[in-house]
Amino acid sequence: MATEQSGLLDRHLAFVEALRGAGLSVSLAEDLDSVAALSALHWTDRDTVRAAFAATMVKKQSQRTTFDSLFDVYFPAMVGEGARAVGEESPGESGAVQDNAAALRSLRDRLAEALEAPQPDEPELRRMAAEMVGVFGSMPGRGPGLSSWSAYTALQRVSPQELVDRLVQALMAQGADEDEATRTANRRIGFFTAMVEDDARRRIAEEKGPDHVAEVAVRPSIDQLAFMAARRSDLEEMRKEIFPLARRLATRLAKEHHAKRRGPLDFRRTVRASIATGGVPITTHHRPKRPHRTDLVVLCDVSGSVANFAQFTLLFVFALREVFQSMRAFTFIDHVHEVTPYFRPGADPVTVLADLAASTSHAALWGRTNYGRAFTKFEEQHMDALGPKTTLLILGDARSNYSDLHEETLRSLAGSVKQAFWLNPEHERNWGTGDSAVPAYGEIVRMIECRNLTQLSEFVHDLAW
Amino acid sequence: MTWFDSPADVATRLDASGYLTDPATATTTFLAGALEKPLLLEGPAGVGKTELAKAVSRATGAELVRLQCYEGLDEARALYEWNYKKQLLAIQAYGAQPQRGTATTVDGNHQPQPWNDLDHSIFTDEFLLTRPLLTAIRREAQTVLLIDEVDKTDIEVEGLLLEVLSDFQVTIPELGTVAATRRPFVVLTSNASRELSEALKRRCLYLHLDYPDAKREREILHKQVPGLDDRIAEQLVATVGRLRDLELKKAPSIAESVDWARTLIALEIRDLDEVAIAETLGAVLKHQSDHQRAVKELKLGRS
Repeated sequence: MATEQSGLLDRHLAFVEALRGAGLSVSLAEDLDSVAALSALHWTDRDTVRAAFAATMVKKQSQRTTFDSLFDVYFPAMVGEGARAVGEESPGESGAVQDNAAALRSLRDRLAEALEAPQPDEPELRRMAAEMVGVFGSMPGRGPGLSSWSAYTALQRVSPQELVDRLVQALMAQGADEDEATRTANRRIGFFTAMVEDDARRRIAEEKGPDHVAEVAVRPSIDQLAFMAARRSDLEEMRKEIFPLARRLATRLAKEHHAKRRGPLDFRRTVRASIATGGVPITTHHRPKRPHRTDLVVLCDVSGSVANFAQFTLLFVFALREVFQSMRAFTFIDHVHEVTPYFRPGADPVTVLADLAASTSHAALWGRTNYGRAFTKFEEQHMDALGPKTTLLILGDARSNYSDLHEETLRSLAGSVKQAFWLNPEHERNWGTGDSAVPAYGEIVRMIECRNLTQLSEFVHDLAW
Repeated sequence: MTWFDSPADVATRLDASGYLTDPATATTTFLAGALEKPLLLEGPAGVGKTELAKAVSRATGAELVRLQCYEGLDEARALYEWNYKKQLLAIQAYGAQPQRGTATTVDGNHQPQPWNDLDHSIFTDEFLLTRPLLTAIRREAQTVLLIDEVDKTDIEVEGLLLEVLSDFQVTIPELGTVAATRRPFVVLTSNASRELSEALKRRCLYLHLDYPDAKREREILHKQVPGLDDRIAEQLVATVGRLRDLELKKAPSIAESVDWARTLIALEIRDLDEVAIAETLGAVLKHQSDHQRAVKELKLGRS
C-alpha cells in the first residue's frame, strides 16, 4: 500500500496477538467485528474504545481482568509523566521531582487526603499513582533502555498500607463506624495499589514494548490463577468464585445425567401414552435409571504450604454435597483429625473456613508434615470410613520432610477402596524435586496436577460421574 | 434505518424510557444496533438484563418478541410448527368431496394430480404456526427479539439459534428459506449457569452487567420508586453495598434494592436504622444463612 501507515493497525494486531497469547480465544471473525465496531464509533473517549473492544473480543467475564490489563498496556491512558503539570503544585516544576524525604512526605500527605475524601477522585488518584511510580519506583539503568520501573519499590517506599490507620480515623470522623471505616480504607488502599501496579506496567511497556510486558507481567484470570501463587486478595476472590462454580458444575452434571438417563422401557407409561396417537407407540417412556453416586472420603494436608488449596478443594467438594452419596473429610499434618461435622448443610462458608482453621491444631502433634505417620494413624483410627464403594481423595503436595513414607500403608488404604486419586497443587515439573515424595506415592495412587480452579472443577466433574 | 445514532443517543433515549445505562452498556447497545449483531448479556440475576431489551423496545417503538428458554425447548416451540390438526381436517375435507380424493384412486385412475395438489395446499402459510424466532424474522416492522435465559436450553437449541443469529434466516424444508426483510435487534440473556458454546458467542457482542455503583443505584431507585426520600435512598444504597461486600450465597441485586425501597415506603419507614433493617431484611436476603450472616456482620442483634 502506498498510503502512509499510522501504525494503528499494527498495534491492533499486536494487541489481538497478546490477547490470544493470554488465553483468550479471539477468532478472526471477532477481530473483524472489533474493527467494524471501531469504525462505527468516535474515538474521542478511551473508555468507549475499551467498551467496543470488550464487547467484540471478550466473551467470558473471567477474562475481563486480563483484557483490561492488556488494554492498558497496548493503549495506555497517558505517555510518560502524563498530564501532571496541568496547574498542579507538584514539587518539581520541570518534571524532575527529587526522590527525597520531603517529596515522600508531601506525596503521602496528598495521597492520604485524596483517599480520605468521601468520594475518591479516580483520575486524581491515577495521576498520583503515576507520580509515585515515576519518582519512587524508578530503577535507573546503566544505559538507555536499561532503566526500568518497579511498583514493588514504589510501594515499599511510600507504603500506602501504613496510611490505613490514618484513613480509618478520618473516615470515622466522617461518621462511619469502625468496621465500615476499616473495610472502606482497605478497599481504597487496595484500589490504589492496583493503580500503581498498572502504572508501572504501562511505563515498562513504553520502554520495552508492550509485547514484553504482555508476556511477563500480566496476571492470569482468577480461574487460571495457581493456588500456590495466589495473593490474599486473590484468595478472597477465589473463595467468592467457589459457590457459583459449584452451582454451575451441579447444573452441568444434572443435565448430563439427564441426557443419559434412559433406563429400561416403562411398558405401562408407553402404552398409556400411545393412546393419544391412536395406539401407535410413537414416543417410548423409560424408567429413570438409578443414579450412581460416589461415596467420598477426602484426606487433606493442611500444613502451611498447601492449606489454601486444601480449603478450596474441601469447600468445593462440599458445595457439591448433593451429587455425592456421602462424604467424610479428614485433615492431617502429622496426625489425623476428622472435620466432617464442620460442614453442616447450608452452613455459612466463612464460618466453616474459620472452624477449619481453628481445628488445624488437632491435626498436628509436632507441626511438621509427615505423610507416612498420617497414613498410619488414619489406618489405625478411621479405617471404617473406607469400603469397597468408596473413592479416596488425597490432597497435598506430597512433601513429607524426608520422613518415613510408609508406602505399604498407603497401598493398603488404596487397595481397600474402589478408586483413589491424589490431587497435587504443584506444577508437574516440580514433582519429585527436593523432599517431594511423588515418585514413591505416584506409583500407588494416580497423581493429578490441580493448580487452579479450572483444573479443580474439571476433576470434580469427572469424579462425580 | 438505524437503531441509534450514537452511544449518547442510546443513553438519553433509554433514560427517557426509564432505564439508566452506564457508558459501557450504552456503547455496546449502540454497537449491537449499528453492526446488527445479537447482544449477549450476562450477569447475576436481577441486574436488569431482560429490562434492557424491554427498554430498547420502548425507546425505539419496536415490538418485543420474547422467547423464554427452558430445558426441553425444541424447534417446534422456538421456530415453527405445522398445524397438523388443521392439516388433518383439510385432508379429510378434501377426501369427502365427491369425484375426487380417495374415490378416484380406488377406481384405479392414474391421477397423481390430486395428491400433489393436496401436498401443496397443506404446506402453505395457512397451516404454519410461527413461533417467536420465525415471527421476529418475518415481521416487517421494527422488532426487538429477546431470547431470555439462553443458558437454560439444551445444547442442541444453540445449534438452532446459529442460523437465525448469523444470517437472520430460517430454512423450512417445505417452504424454502425465509430471510429477514428487516433485521431484528436481538438480545440474549444468560445467567451463566453453563458455558455457552464458542460458536454462539462468536456471533454475539458480549456485555457483562454487574451491580451498579452507589451513585447510579441511587438514581435507579429514584427512577423506579417515586416518592423515595433522598436520605433513605442513600442509607439503603449504602446498606446494600455493605451486604454485597459480605460473602453471601445470593448478593442482593438491583431488583432487590427496588423491592426493599418499595417495602420501606409501604411500611412508611422514614429512617433506615438498625431496627428497621432487621425487620425488613427479608425483602433483600433470601437465604437463612445469609440472613444470619448479615445480622452478625451488621451487628443488628444488639438493638
